[in-house]
Amino acid sequence: MTEKDVIFGINGPVVTVKNTRTFSMMEMVYVGEARLVGEVIGISSRLTTIQVYEETTGLKPGDPVYGTGAPMNVLLGPGIIDNIFDGIERSLKAIEEMSGSFIARGSSVSALDETRYWNVHMKVKVGDRLSEGMIYAVCPETAIIEHRFLVPPGLSGTVVSVEQNGKYKLHDTIVTLRDDKGEEHALTLCQKWPIRQARPIQKRLKGDIPLITGQRVIDTLFPISKGGTAAIPGGFGTGKTMTQHQLAKWCDADIIVYVGCGERGNEMSQVLDEFSELIDPKSGRPMTDRTVLIANTSNMPVAAREASIYTGLTLAEYYRDMGYHVAIMADSTSRWAEALREISGRLEEMPAEEGFPAYLPSRLSEFYERAGRADTLSGAEGSVTIIGAVSPQGSDFSEPVTQNTKRFTRCFWALDKSLAYARHYPAINWMDSYSEYFTDLDPWYREHLGSEFLLFRSRITALLHEESALMEIVKLIGSDVLPDEQKLVIETAKAIRVGFLQQNAFHPDDTFVPMEKQKLMMKAILHLHNKAKRVIARAIPISRIMELGLFEKLAKMKYDIPNSQPELFDRLIEEMDTALASLTVQED
Amino acid sequence: MVLDYVGVQEINGSLIVLDGVKNASNEEMVDIRLENGTMRHGRIVQIEGEKIVVQVFEGTKSISLDNTRTRLKCRPMEMALSPEIMGRVFSGSGRPIDGFGEVYPVKKANINGTPMNPVSRIYPRNYINTGISTIDTLMTLIRGQKLPIFSGSGMKHNELAVQIVRQARISDSEDNKFGIVFAAMGVKNDVADYFRRSFDESGVLSRVVMFLNLANDPIIERTLTPRCALTAAEYLAFECDMHVLVIMTDMTSYAEALREFSSSKGEIPGRKGFPGYLYSDLASLYERAGMIKGSKGSVTQIPILTMPNDDITHPVPDLTGYITEGQIVLDRSLEGAGFYPPVSVLPSLSRLMKDGIGEGYTRSDHQALANQLFAAYARVQDARSLASVIGEEELAPVDKKYIAFGKLFEQYFVNQGFTENRTIEESLDLGWKLLSTLPRTELDRVDDVLLDKFYIENADEIVFESFSGAEKTGDEEDGEE
Repeated sequence: MTEKDVIFGINGPVVTVKNTRTFSMMEMVYVGEARLVGEVIGISSRLTTIQVYEETTGLKPGDPVYGTGAPMNVLLGPGIIDNIFDGIERSLKAIEEMSGSFIARGSSVSALDETRYWNVHMKVKVGDRLSEGMIYAVCPETAIIEHRFLVPPGLSGTVVSVEQNGKYKLHDTIVTLRDDKGEEHALTLCQKWPIRQARPIQKRLKGDIPLITGQRVIDTLFPISKGGTAAIPGGFGTGKTMTQHQLAKWCDADIIVYVGCGERGNEMSQVLDEFSELIDPKSGRPMTDRTVLIANTSNMPVAAREASIYTGLTLAEYYRDMGYHVAIMADSTSRWAEALREISGRLEEMPAEEGFPAYLPSRLSEFYERAGRADTLSGAEGSVTIIGAVSPQGSDFSEPVTQNTKRFTRCFWALDKSLAYARHYPAINWMDSYSEYFTDLDPWYREHLGSEFLLFRSRITALLHEESALMEIVKLIGSDVLPDEQKLVIETAKAIRVGFLQQNAFHPDDTFVPMEKQKLMMKAILHLHNKAKRVIARAIPISRIMELGLFEKLAKMKYDIPNSQPELFDRLIEEMDTALASLTVQED
Repeated sequence: MVLDYVGVQEINGSLIVLDGVKNASNEEMVDIRLENGTMRHGRIVQIEGEKIVVQVFEGTKSISLDNTRTRLKCRPMEMALSPEIMGRVFSGSGRPIDGFGEVYPVKKANINGTPMNPVSRIYPRNYINTGISTIDTLMTLIRGQKLPIFSGSGMKHNELAVQIVRQARISDSEDNKFGIVFAAMGVKNDVADYFRRSFDESGVLSRVVMFLNLANDPIIERTLTPRCALTAAEYLAFECDMHVLVIMTDMTSYAEALREFSSSKGEIPGRKGFPGYLYSDLASLYERAGMIKGSKGSVTQIPILTMPNDDITHPVPDLTGYITEGQIVLDRSLEGAGFYPPVSVLPSLSRLMKDGIGEGYTRSDHQALANQLFAAYARVQDARSLASVIGEEELAPVDKKYIAFGKLFEQYFVNQGFTENRTIEESLDLGWKLLSTLPRTELDRVDDVLLDKFYIENADEIVFESFSGAEKTGDEEDGEE
């Protein structure tokens, strides 16, 4: 008989319990009569410390604390896709039905609809030998996603009974398994998994397939692989969220997990609005059919914000294990780091840089290392790509979160304030950004787009670098004194910036650009550059070339040439050739 | 039986510590009676067994270790609400101070509010016409948005806020269903008075709810002021179906009060001594803007904050910018040049603008025009910095055009009289006129269809008529040259 555990102290979201031995580290607990969800984050013989995921107003010393005996976990099963959860996987739609437009405390709702019937199709028969992670049944979850039921990790055995194909609810037993010790285990449509523990895989694979995003600056200059990690740092107003939305809409992952971690409520309602209206070009279905949203807005409890990115990651891993390519957008990891700092402060831990706890880098690395492309336990191939936004304080990239994130991600898409001010979107600065996936991805590019693509890319990069060096001079003495050849570099670089790098998310064609068109656009720009260079070499002044208006054509080709008609590029190149030829003819 | 606890164990800044208190609950209100009969109010902020820490709203002056009797009120901080709060004046902690007595409550609400469920939010799309060219065209205010004004000491942010209040057409048809909630935090008496007079002059005083915590009022009360104001605003919006505009000034004072309180609690400081939870704390205020399904009302926020030393990277403007949906930044050099409102166009932004403008809201060319104006004005800055090195004479012809455009833009577009109310069409047309002074080939953000329609060829023939009010400043400018 254990004595009832009761609250001793309260400080913000941190609650302590005195003299107890009941709880274990990271155990999930319910606090108070209202049963607020909490997690054990510190234990000493005298005091157990619990962080509570909800407002602690009104809690009293002496209120009960109930243990659950299990770490903070999420429920995994059909109904996750097209749903919107808070940071600890409570369905916000269900909360709305229960408590109206404002989130009441202690709203205990099931993450998934327990009453809904799913059309389950069995994949095993009696006598089959199943090991962990294998598929025992499937059901259509949305029009495009098939939910595959996996034997929970750590469990294996022989099937002793299987239900008929048909309609089942979340907690119905459909398969019974007898393990080697002779114990029987019921397999239902759902399972639980602790959020802070990575789900096991068979083998990690090399990241040599790109995640195609349709965003030119990313696909061409700073690509990311499926299973890769990327950071998008940028001050406020530089378009982090916009970039994340674009990626969530257009990248070629099967499933998107979008984590709004400490961000704006209106933004989440925008995502809800937009994604349900937007049709995925590949499947012809609304984007919501492949999207999971986790919304823990900035005014929702800070401890749940800390948990939200793990919740998102666990959901992503679950779908990866089914053999899907999943991309997770975390907006923003800085808010998560701040939640860590806030809780660390309440625990009176010794702060490191800028008040952040000393374990910030290890937490960040744990998070990003859960990304990867892998052979799953069921033998399929899946991946989790993590794209994390970072909101550096004062737009200063030397602050701890940006710096540590930089160490653990392999893509760095630095957003630039001055580009954003000039409304150059996506405001990814081509000088500061980098991608470490180049060499891994080169074979793929060569195979699918030809080695010219790589050639074009390195020319484009070189021109941009050359321009940036020239601009240093221009800033001092003006552009008039430059020789024509260098003026041409500046004009071409401008065409690259305006015509290629800048992309209009609101334009029906320009919002997503296929790789083939990206390549042709580069080709057109470089073609004009090379031809113009030859014209200049014949002592024809660059002003004559500029009068032809060809560079303006390059700037507008993204609008003028629809994605579906790449053959128009040939005509554009012909047009440029004729125009330039007219110059040389006159000269002769 | 109600227990009084005699004396305190410890006093530290605005905090007192009591021991041996039974049955205290977190965030509970307490009354503290001093021996001389004065009454103070406080709130429990930390509990450790029977030891409680209480934050005293009115400060701890003249409290000694044993001259107090403390009583627990058994309820969290609540505000009395009824439709009659319109036209009333309250203290920073929500008590009436206009001498008309207590509010008879229809409802009592916890001032901390509860977070809005993101699922229940309506994505804001209806634009508010403020009659100010820069704001309407380039950083459109949307109903349900939170759009702060980043300013500095001595700049005309108060005037701008008043002008927005006066000119804003907040509600379209049901004209009487709007209200203003005004929260003053640590502002000077004169400023509060200025707002009051301006509301009076524009005839809206009866629709204003005022919460005043002036510069010499206790800082703990200051940390409650915006919460009281927003509780009132939410009530009016979501239960009385009103469109509420909340003006909160000055958020920097609020944050500093929070810092003072935090340091007296002995918390670990973050950047510039502000507490680590400043972001969450500010978010719990700003996020209370919006619209929800099933209610006709809306809460729109215009917080005003003065950037210490005009530094936009200071924690308060920085964190605010991360939470709010854009910002209106004022610029001292524009103000110095005599331009009003001194809106610094480039760093200003409205995030919700893109979905609230264009066909069906303002005009189909709005977005393209705004993009082009931003791009062109950004180019002006480049040309100016180049000119400052090599001199304007040496600039390339196109850069000279940009310099000229920049001057006209500031003089006619940014500059606008305090009483001048421009329609959206006027503002947009003016924008096109200005752009037409640049060569057509420079306008690369606009497609040809729009250019054909709006670009005015023969730029030299364009006459910039000064609108009333703008004229005067413009002439002065010319006179100086």
